[in-house]
Amino acid sequence: MRKPASWSTWLYPAFSGLLFLGLWLGVKAVGGIGDWLLPTPGAVLEAAWRERAVLLAGAWSTALGALGGFVLAASVGFGLALLLGVSRRLHASLYPWLLVLQMTPVIVLTPIIVLWAGAGMPGIVTITFLISFFPIVANTTQGLLSADRNHVALFRMGNATRWQEMWLLRVPSALPQFLTGLRIAATLAPVGSIFGEFMVGNQAGGSGGLGFLVYSYNAQIKIPALFATALASCLLGFVFVAAVTWLNWAALHKWHDSFERTDR
Amino acid sequence: MRTGAKRLAFCRAQCSLPGTMVAAQPIVKFSRATKRYGAGPVVLQDLNLDVAPGDFITLIGPSGCGKSTVLKLVSGLSPLTAGEVVVAGTTPRAARDRQAFIFQDATLLPWLTARRNVELPMRLRGRPEAERTKKAEELLEWVRLGHAKDYYPLQLSGGMKMRVSIARALSLAPQLLLLDEPFGALDEMTRHHLNEELLALRERAPFTALFVTHSVEEAVFLSNRILVMAANPGRVHAEVAVDLPGRRDRTLREQPAFQRKVVEVTRLLHAVEDAT
Repeated sequence: MRKPASWSTWLYPAFSGLLFLGLWLGVKAVGGIGDWLLPTPGAVLEAAWRERAVLLAGAWSTALGALGGFVLAASVGFGLALLLGVSRRLHASLYPWLLVLQMTPVIVLTPIIVLWAGAGMPGIVTITFLISFFPIVANTTQGLLSADRNHVALFRMGNATRWQEMWLLRVPSALPQFLTGLRIAATLAPVGSIFGEFMVGNQAGGSGGLGFLVYSYNAQIKIPALFATALASCLLGFVFVAAVTWLNWAALHKWHDSFERTDR
Repeated sequence: MRTGAKRLAFCRAQCSLPGTMVAAQPIVKFSRATKRYGAGPVVLQDLNLDVAPGDFITLIGPSGCGKSTVLKLVSGLSPLTAGEVVVAGTTPRAARDRQAFIFQDATLLPWLTARRNVELPMRLRGRPEAERTKKAEELLEWVRLGHAKDYYPLQLSGGMKMRVSIARALSLAPQLLLLDEPFGALDEMTRHHLNEELLALRERAPFTALFVTHSVEEAVFLSNRILVMAANPGRVHAEVAVDLPGRRDRTLREQPAFQRKVVEVTRLLHAVEDAT
């Protein structure tokens, strides 16, 4: 992120990627592995093309679930962080329980979530939210609490109200940590959405999504299509991370130290 | 101690401040002020000090002599252990809108442009946007940064950042400026320039100053009174009056009278060091 992209940024991963494809074909040829266990890259692409309409619809549905959960996680996470950042007592009372919630595997909560939120989209969004909100809370709280001591003294000298100290000092200085939380959440949100769909995607009028496609292709033993679904999930995750990386750049590049300037 | 009348006359000559000031009331008065952090050592013991309006007082001394503590007590950022500090006839905290603090690093908010940083104290006071902008741009002109008003701190050099910090401190026209080693991290030439500019700014916006530094030259150049402090416990070892003839501009540093003062203060600092 610091240096402008040079040719080596692309060349090395391209080279190692080709090596990996070669290894894939080599292992398959030498070991005599059938398509039902390990299809060729060509077969995967072919399946992706054949199933493009289904995959695209599935990816769209997954993206909606992931986006819903992500936005919910970002707003609730930010709100919770504000509460934790404003009072030490609230922090001491709530943070341990958030940690306990985070340590509970979401998979064991799934039946309860479905019972309460309902299957289909509401359940999927809830699962995505639960999987991705914690890094946002933890990072943002850390940021709010670690505002520069001299900056705080400056605000005290200026007779700033608590409200001004929060919105003009603590929130902006926590922005980089909030965005770090968002970046972690962006990698988790599609995972949460796909997991939710895998469990309850086709229920209650749910439109399936990639998670349900995995389930159904597996049941139909359409192995190349299963690989193609993995490829689609991977692309979706990439889009999410790229979007948040752009957001991070847009919010910080003008003033934050993490972006080295070339025009100084 | 000089009498008030003599000091005022001296001050008019030294700092070319308008003659409207009343010398009777000190702007800051320390009476047997003692500070101790918890059960730690006494960082300041029985300080008695009257700061007259128009004074530029520099505190100099080895680390641990309590010179920064003096500024924290005046600003109310740190409470007193014993004794009394009166600022502008009231408590340090109540007098906060009459004073401004300049820290060792510029403490600009990195997400705000230079102009927005200068506006901050006015923003905290709820001044209207148009007034803020106008005043901030004027102040940035004063510190010769009119061209850089839309730059972020990341784009400014150390000296430029400190200029913005000074402009910010002056934005509410404080009577009293507290400066805690503001030029300590700058190179020699930048420091010289900023010393000269600080005195020039006093002619536009008169303020009384309490200044902490490690540099004897800087102390002599800027002040009319220098307090040489000693550590363990922190106290005033000696007070030196700096009554140099003529205007205080860059030629002052070359004059024998200036250099004699530097030697005098340096000797006092050595004496303080040898005693501890």
